[in-house]
Amino acid sequence: MAIASLRDIVVTAGTFPLLAGVNLELEGATSYVVTGPNGVGKTSLLRLLAGLEAPTRGSGHVLNFDLATTQRRQVRRNVGWLGHEGSFYDDLSATDNLLFAARALRLDVALVAPALERVGLGGRLRTPVKLLSAGQRRRLGLAWLLVRRPQLWLLDEPYASLDDAGRDLMSDLINHATASGATVVLSSHDPVRRDVVASHIEMRGGRIERVG
Amino acid sequence: MMRTAYLVALKDLRIELRSRVLLWQVLPFGLMALVLCGLAVGPDARQQSRIAPGLFYLVVTLVALLVINRSSQIESPRGTRTSLLTLGLDAGGVFLGKAAAMLVQLFATATALLFGTTVLLHVPVHAALVTLPIVLLATATLSAAGVLYGLVASSSSSSATLLPVLALPAFAPILIAGERSFSSLISAGSLSRWVLLLIFSLVAYGSIGVLLYGALEES
Repeated sequence: MAIASLRDIVVTAGTFPLLAGVNLELEGATSYVVTGPNGVGKTSLLRLLAGLEAPTRGSGHVLNFDLATTQRRQVRRNVGWLGHEGSFYDDLSATDNLLFAARALRLDVALVAPALERVGLGGRLRTPVKLLSAGQRRRLGLAWLLVRRPQLWLLDEPYASLDDAGRDLMSDLINHATASGATVVLSSHDPVRRDVVASHIEMRGGRIERVG
Repeated sequence: MMRTAYLVALKDLRIELRSRVLLWQVLPFGLMALVLCGLAVGPDARQQSRIAPGLFYLVVTLVALLVINRSSQIESPRGTRTSLLTLGLDAGGVFLGKAAAMLVQLFATATALLFGTTVLLHVPVHAALVTLPIVLLATATLSAAGVLYGLVASSSSSSATLLPVLALPAFAPILIAGERSFSSLISAGSLSRWVLLLIFSLVAYGSIGVLLYGALEES
């Protein structure tokens, strides 16, 4: 069953087209890797799927929410987002950041400490995010996904800044998520790791050239 | 909405507790501005006392700009703003929470500055004490307006300089109402219409914020 369906979607920033007529169907319990050089619209596609961008033209549904209406805001509460920018409050600790987000979504706060342990941040529970390395921040983002357990994971360049152990952990979590029934969409301009079983979405010039 | 407001206020205050920007940067700035005002007016204690209400509210307004800028900076990195959006929080609650956290910081700073005026500008202590509820009302109004203007300014790459240009004209009525109320307390004049103006402004900015914060955030 498709959990996301996009039809001829155009997204613009001002008059600049970020996505220029995207057609896509995403199935449940599957991993997808969006590939293509810089600036082809990989991040914009992920933001559209997260309900963070409104379509200028076309139609689409994600998790049964209509992207063309205010239902788009409902999508956000149901996806897990890992952006390539820092996503946390620098002055708060790793724990405080996750507790705030978990309480905001009424999730079980007891999941926070085990999630941080799982991603290797057990020794950094009280460390302000501004003192974490780029790789540790990325691991913190992973911990958030473990707490959130979303139906749709949207990961923008998830392997960036991670060491080998971190990359293995990322692949392990992606495979585990799809095995548990979640759909994972990740963007990458690097060759995709062999340990992630995924369908490829190839993008060029704001369009999807090939899915397979 | 109230639960979201509570969570957001607690988060913003926790960030302030960890960063100590208010204690080490904003408060010293306010006190220095107050000292400079005293020096600019000259040594005549009666003259200082007479214009102290205006100087006090001028300094509070300048301090408010720093607090507003700081509050909007917390969510200005694109990734942080995106994360907040993906939580799907009630926008009215986010507005109220940010305004509440700003009010706590601004009122605490204004209280310290108010007692600074008793030392530096020879304001009678009893006048400073009885004006505190009006200072609370004025800082609440500045906070409600400040969250809105802070959000609008933060969409620009030059937010620090855009914020005063946008906010100061809107703050002028609040500054005037606060100053007239304070002066009326010192000179035993009538202050009801100025208090009413502050209450009206607070209700107006509060309502606009609860209703429109989400739309502003989206845009």
